[in-house]
Amino acid sequence: MPGYNTNVMEIEVKSLKKVDVIAVSGRVDSSNAANFEDALKTSLARGRHNLVLDFSRLDYMSSAGLRSMLAALKTARQGGGNVVIAQPTERIVDTLKLVGFQSLFSQYGDVLEAVDSF
Amino acid sequence: MSSKPLTHSDKSLTIPARFDQLRRAGAFVSDMAAAAGFEGLQLNRIELAVDEACSNIIQHAYAHRPDGKIHIRVQAERGRRIVITLIDTGEPFDPEAVPVHNPEASLDDLKVGGLGLFLIRQTMDDVQFEFNVPGLGWGQPKRFNRLTMIKYL
Repeated sequence: MPGYNTNVMEIEVKSLKKVDVIAVSGRVDSSNAANFEDALKTSLARGRHNLVLDFSRLDYMSSAGLRSMLAALKTARQGGGNVVIAQPTERIVDTLKLVGFQSLFSQYGDVLEAVDSF
Repeated sequence: MSSKPLTHSDKSLTIPARFDQLRRAGAFVSDMAAAAGFEGLQLNRIELAVDEACSNIIQHAYAHRPDGKIHIRVQAERGRRIVITLIDTGEPFDPEAVPVHNPEASLDDLKVGGLGLFLIRQTMDDVQFEFNVPGLGWGQPKRFNRLTMIKYL
């Protein structure tokens, strides 16, 4: 049985012409949300205000991650950009709905479609 | 192991009050909930409630004190409900003092706090906070805080 001591999350950032695509996989909770937030802030600090969050391999997110998303959305909008979500799993869609985030973050069926929305 | 399904199970787990234990706590409760008959998104919701409740205790009740412990008791009644009890001996807090998340607020009006407590109340059918409960001796702490969360199938 895999150890429960490490909460596995991987983040990959790809900079496209107009958009940064941030792919997050595994779980985001209080133990690692700071890393997720760092990735978002790093893109935003570089003036990359159009973000696609690729959630196709994200299994779980708690309020710690939701707070990071909210902070990023505020900064992005202030910079004239936006944060959208690509291919969220069913569990993530449910979590986003529970807190009313589906009206704040547009969701797209895949990364390509999400990138094209900008 | 008997192949006859259990109708009632009652298990406890004590974890160190650290964020790296959240997944373990969530998996422990999720497994019990699955055995009670919960499935799919309901399991995600139960895990969220446990995660948020433990995160609050770690961050606020114990303020990351390294010796803090969280006692988790799960009573699963198959086909009926799950009762999750979290006990800590950290500082009490006033849930009424936490700003209430408004899922319909606009981005400008949204505050950053209150999401965790909101998720607990959204995902569970019954949530009860008790603070400074006197212990009964028998090795129990003198005073403790108890959060009881119930979800029906």
